[in-house]
Amino acid sequence: MGALLEVEDLTVWLATRGGPRKAVDGLSFQVDAGEIFGIAGESGSGKTMTALALLGLLPHAAKTAGRAVFEGRDLLAMPARELRAVRGRKIAMVSQDPSTSLHPMLSIETQLTEHMRHHLGLGKSEARGRAVELLATVRIPDPEQALRAHPAQFSGGMRQRIAIAVALACEPRLLLADEPTTALDVTVQAGILRLLHRLRRERDLAVIVITHDLGVMSAVADRICVMYGGRTAEVGPREDVLTRPRHPYTRGLLDALPHPEGGAATLQPIPGSPPALGAVPEGCPFHPRCGFAVPDCRAVRPEPVLVASGHLAACPPDPLGGAA
Amino acid sequence: MTRFLARRLAAAVLLCVGITLIAFVLTQLVPGDPAAANLGQRAIGDPEAVAAFRAKYGLDQPLPVQYLTYIGNVLQGNLGMSQQSHRPVAQDLAEYVPATIELAIFAIVLSLLVGVALGVVAAVNRDRWPDQVLRVVSLGGVSMPTFWVALVAFYLLFFKFGLLPGGGRLDPGMTPPPYATGFYTVDAALAGQWDVLASAAGHLVLPSLVLAVYTVGMLMRFTRASVLEILGNDYVRAARAKGLPERVVIMRHVLRPAMVAIITVAGVAFGSLLSGAVLVENIFSWPGLGQYAYRSAVNLDLPGIMGVSIVVAAVYILINLLVDLLYGVIDPRIRLT
Repeated sequence: MGALLEVEDLTVWLATRGGPRKAVDGLSFQVDAGEIFGIAGESGSGKTMTALALLGLLPHAAKTAGRAVFEGRDLLAMPARELRAVRGRKIAMVSQDPSTSLHPMLSIETQLTEHMRHHLGLGKSEARGRAVELLATVRIPDPEQALRAHPAQFSGGMRQRIAIAVALACEPRLLLADEPTTALDVTVQAGILRLLHRLRRERDLAVIVITHDLGVMSAVADRICVMYGGRTAEVGPREDVLTRPRHPYTRGLLDALPHPEGGAATLQPIPGSPPALGAVPEGCPFHPRCGFAVPDCRAVRPEPVLVASGHLAACPPDPLGGAA
Repeated sequence: MTRFLARRLAAAVLLCVGITLIAFVLTQLVPGDPAAANLGQRAIGDPEAVAAFRAKYGLDQPLPVQYLTYIGNVLQGNLGMSQQSHRPVAQDLAEYVPATIELAIFAIVLSLLVGVALGVVAAVNRDRWPDQVLRVVSLGGVSMPTFWVALVAFYLLFFKFGLLPGGGRLDPGMTPPPYATGFYTVDAALAGQWDVLASAAGHLVLPSLVLAVYTVGMLMRFTRASVLEILGNDYVRAARAKGLPERVVIMRHVLRPAMVAIITVAGVAFGSLLSGAVLVENIFSWPGLGQYAYRSAVNLDLPGIMGVSIVVAAVYILINLLVDLLYGVIDPRIRLT
């Protein structure tokens, strides 16, 4: 079975005052239909830019290289017009903060139906009927009433549900969820994650969940890609990556997670901070913060290599290999 | 919304009282004697004429009494007698004010259409050649003095090439339409006098074009800045992520929030049009408020000056009220709270 999305050697340069800077550096991964794929990393690791690159929505004057083949066609090489026909129709996006991603001055009905009418050529009443169904799907009470309302009249969790309904309106094949729960309360988070799970099951929808929160990751993702400095540190099935990490950075992230029984004493922060845009070190980008670094790490840029079935890690010394 | 409106209206009334008071005091402080200004030579040799004049217009009363008398009359719709036209000021204003408002509305509509459209074009093409060209255009618009633009436009478009009619509100020899609103275009349409309507509209073009030069430049700059700011919002990216055509993204998702800033500026611009009208009306022999204000001022016609002040203040207040109401139309969050 061919992958739904195959990203190969994706590189993104952002325009800065000091010239173009690499935000994503040779990233490769693939997502199958109906799969929930997680991209994890700290802020500045290039995860959001990866999503925006797929949709052709990068900031002004950004450049890309590599390939991102979706349903047999390279998104990065697609003319703007054709990419617009994919956006919202085949690939939809939910972004971090629903209080800024929903338009504050347009009614829910407008925001929920405008792209259905554009992409699917539906009439007003047809689109309205589907909008009511969609709101019911994401469990908004009284959908008819909700259509007439504006975003300010809903709570954060409800808004994110509405944003997800907007993204699902044209029955896309792939959903890009950029920090979909970060702006929400923990209890509301769980509801949103359950919703993503259910949608995947019911609609065979593939989801790329982008988050810095490994807790969210462990709750939803089938496979996880950990990014550092715009590059893949480790990618593999959730169980493998979370219980048998092979990259010291993944290990560091896991150690930095609070444990219910452990208390604050067991929290192990990763020393230092992630590299700034354009200041990614030579060799392995993580080596200045890595407790296992050897002299080679400073000079040789590690490529991800297979360490177990479907599990790749970009750490040739493999200091955690024995732990497996 | 009703409470908001009630508050605004109450504030408007207070503002009107304040403005009449200030205008009244200021006219008293002007070093000049209305009697001397109006009687001319006779004021020097004929103290009896002066006394009669002062008694006739109540100028022999103490100031607070004069003010209260005036306010009482204003509330009854009586703005006093103009010492210059020897007609009730209210009657003068009913004739002159619509002429200016008609001109200003024409100019502001023109400015909004052109200024907003060009501002959006500039913002969408940020830092590319259309933006660079439009930057020069808007700078030109706001820096060219109105009287100069008026003279050049008058010379070129009327005198040299005869493309547009020159001064006045109608072609020479044409009778104004029957008075209903004072707007010749509206009155002519109401009376079904199509030739008068065409002439009135034609005569509006040149002066409103001249008046609009400045406001177009101003609205262009604000529209560009406002659109650029809105373009950076998450909801614009979300609209693009839906695959909507760029035209829809701009018209529906960007322009609407940008209009909040634009109508604020347009309200201020309308005020500047009224003051610009003083110059333009004189050049285009437009019998409007500007000309009336000018004549009242040079003749020290106090009731006239006061009448003009009140009308201008009322227009400002109305425009601000209108802008506030439009905020509610544009942004549901304002309507709901």
